[in-house]
Amino acid sequence: MIKKFDKKDEDRSDKTFDALWKSNLIFLLTQSRIFNETPINPRRCLHILTKIIYLLNQGEHFGTTEATEAFFAMTRLFQSNDQTLRRMCYLTIKEMANISEDVIIVTSSLTKDMTGKEDVYRGPAIRALCRITDTTMLQAIERYMKQAIVDKVPSVSSSALVSSLHMVKMSYDVVKRWVNEAQEAASSDNIMVQYHALGLLYHLRKNDRLAVTKMLNKFTKSGLKSPFAYCMLIRIASKLLDETEGGHDSPLFDFIESCLRNKNEMVVYEAASAIVHMPNCTARELAPAVSGHNMLIYYLTALRYAAVRTLNKVAMKHPSAVTACNLDLENLITDSNRSIATLAITTLLKTGSESSVDRLMKQISSFVSEISDEFKVVVVQAISALCQKYPRKHSVMMNFLSNMLRDDGGFEYKRAIVDCIIGIIEENPESKETGLAHLCEFIEDCEHTVLATKILHLLGKEGPRTPQPSKYIRFIFNRVVLESEAVRAAAVSALAKFGAQNDDLLPSVLVLMQRCMMDSDDEVRDRATFYMNVLQQKQKALNAAYIFNGLSVSVPGLEKSLHQYTLEPSERPFDLKSVPLASAPITEQKTELAPVASSKIPEKLAPSRQDIYQEQLASITEFQGLGPLFKSSEPVQLTEAETEYVVRCIKHTFAGHMVFQFDCTNTLNDQLLQKVRWEERPCGVHSWNTV
Amino acid sequence: MDSTSLEPSLYTVKAVFILDNDGNRLLSKYYDPELYPSMKEQKNFERNVFNKTHKADNEISLLEGLTIVYKSSIDLFFYVVGSVQENELMLMSVLNCLFESLSHILRKNVERKCLLDNMEGVFLVVDEIIDGGVILESDPQQVLQKVNYRADENPLSEQSVAQHITEKLALTSNVSHSMTTPSLHS
Repeated sequence: MIKKFDKKDEDRSDKTFDALWKSNLIFLLTQSRIFNETPINPRRCLHILTKIIYLLNQGEHFGTTEATEAFFAMTRLFQSNDQTLRRMCYLTIKEMANISEDVIIVTSSLTKDMTGKEDVYRGPAIRALCRITDTTMLQAIERYMKQAIVDKVPSVSSSALVSSLHMVKMSYDVVKRWVNEAQEAASSDNIMVQYHALGLLYHLRKNDRLAVTKMLNKFTKSGLKSPFAYCMLIRIASKLLDETEGGHDSPLFDFIESCLRNKNEMVVYEAASAIVHMPNCTARELAPAVSGHNMLIYYLTALRYAAVRTLNKVAMKHPSAVTACNLDLENLITDSNRSIATLAITTLLKTGSESSVDRLMKQISSFVSEISDEFKVVVVQAISALCQKYPRKHSVMMNFLSNMLRDDGGFEYKRAIVDCIIGIIEENPESKETGLAHLCEFIEDCEHTVLATKILHLLGKEGPRTPQPSKYIRFIFNRVVLESEAVRAAAVSALAKFGAQNDDLLPSVLVLMQRCMMDSDDEVRDRATFYMNVLQQKQKALNAAYIFNGLSVSVPGLEKSLHQYTLEPSERPFDLKSVPLASAPITEQKTELAPVASSKIPEKLAPSRQDIYQEQLASITEFQGLGPLFKSSEPVQLTEAETEYVVRCIKHTFAGHMVFQFDCTNTLNDQLLQKVRWEERPCGVHSWNTV
Repeated sequence: MDSTSLEPSLYTVKAVFILDNDGNRLLSKYYDPELYPSMKEQKNFERNVFNKTHKADNEISLLEGLTIVYKSSIDLFFYVVGSVQENELMLMSVLNCLFESLSHILRKNVERKCLLDNMEGVFLVVDEIIDGGVILESDPQQVLQKVNYRADENPLSEQSVAQHITEKLALTSNVSHSMTTPSLHS
């Protein structure tokens, strides 16, 4: 029945309608007194419950007392036989489980519904019940859960299986006892029940590799019907292959490969992705996976997207494998979905030839403004790789990159472009002038201090060596006048470098420096004065030491040494040679003592290992009197990797002492090592004293 | 570059939400407790996603390190969110199931007013498709059978006097009915 209303009705209804939905929870609480009326009015109660859930979803808050009151009121609604109302009660129980107290009072009602005759209530009742169950209650309903898992009604079985999965976190031991029932459920005909049973079985057995292998063998032979279950099996198989480092002749690999010929596209895609992600895949193995993807390019947007994304990843490792798809990829460049078009272009950039580069760049520039920042960064990275591959194309690339710099974009995006341009400049001396010119133009209007200082530093390094250094001075000096303190300071340093290298520019630089000495910021004035004095000496050696060469020691090491120096009053001036030289900073830390980098932080140069050890040793009071750390060795394994506990030793050398650091790692999950003792047997003739 | 494959798990959906054409939330459920735990972060995320996707109806996108599949209809936008390593086709099947089921209970009127008028049906449909991040059902026919909801012919906002009286009459007949059937104890 199609409802017709005239315009007047529509306006009026819109206003009352919005007003109703905007009512707050307190008001609804007063309304929930309606729940206590006899007889129950299902429609009105239903509307109130709906609005409560809606407002909770919008972020409105219920205090605990109000929530509990409303919850108690709602329990009366179990007296009604209205199906929708009952279902909404279950939903309310789930939504309010966390904010109301004493929710377990509904347990008996739910248990009754779960074992009752109305099939339509049983599944949802199970799910609601498991949401409010705690460990003690779980034992009480265990019998019902087991029956529900093997129930013939698919919705009941699915609900029980999924709820059991949620409860594994809470009570693994109890749920583990239901594994036989889950096994039986896995032989059901219903595609969702198969999927859920398989998932639960895997979660229960995943620490036991043998059990997982057996399970996998059984299911791959018996031929499930569910595409979801197939996807799950493929993932389990590829994880097993990964762990056991199984070769491509393993039956697991054959299974995954056979899935490439499955009727359902979801399964084909999952199989192709799994193969493509395997670390040691050769091009030959990839071929069927890639052609599977090729097929998918013609289907719906999501399939095209999925296919292109995977081909992109393949192209990173095996570009030759993807060239077969180039023709189809070119068709995707004009796809209406910008993400797909971008991925297609970046894939082509990786696999294309030098002649196609011009054409591709033109096509990208036409739509790059429409894609999101994340994709823009992807495109820039692809161009960066391309620049390294085809250095002769640098002028085309440089033009394109400078256009992109002028457009709007976030910090990550601009940084990627600047890094790319700097990369080109460093590789290609011919491109230096154009590159520097583009960068100068960029810093005229750049809001990111980090980028501006980086570019100024580069200008200082490369500018003096160009045929006409004077043109860069204008750009740099403008920065001194117009920008923030950090940028001004960087500009002063850059200017100094020009003055140091080009004698004919020296007088002009000195004049500009003098103006900088009037700056409002301390750092800028200090730098200007320092450089003025050094430059006025007009000695090459001084220039080299103070203006060109950077700091050769690590900064944290320097800080520690200075701190040490201030603590011990001494007649001698501070000696920079006492600071340990900077070892190459390591970006990835493997020792468990080091800080763990989370995936949300963009790559940051971690302080070198030595500095970290220094910090840690200094925090131990017994070691504070030893002086600065001279050197730390690499960790040496003292036991084999598979024993119950693993011991590594690191030797720290101080001026007059050696500290041995033993890292003892327990590899067994169930045991706790206590009272770890260390015994030493000196076996040499050195006269060492143990402190 | 994600080279690590996904840990096999039934937990495939991280979030699902429905927005109107101003980007306001009509319904949203977040299943991953580590993903945007606070309301503020959630609304922020929804706003970002909306801004990036409402202009072009492109079905799929990668934002903030997550894969998002989406669909729009008249003045509503439907989103399903999963991890970036998740099988996109699986997420699409969830989105399709959601859309088809809603389309049916709203009698093809998949637009804001009709949605809000039948909000209980919408809540029940979402509850039947995804439970705690696990795909419970992917076939719209099955979902509709379980929800068994008829689009409300008389939403609360539309009550005219006649309808109000009819309701009162229905109430009185209900009273006599409940006096004869034993009541359930909670």
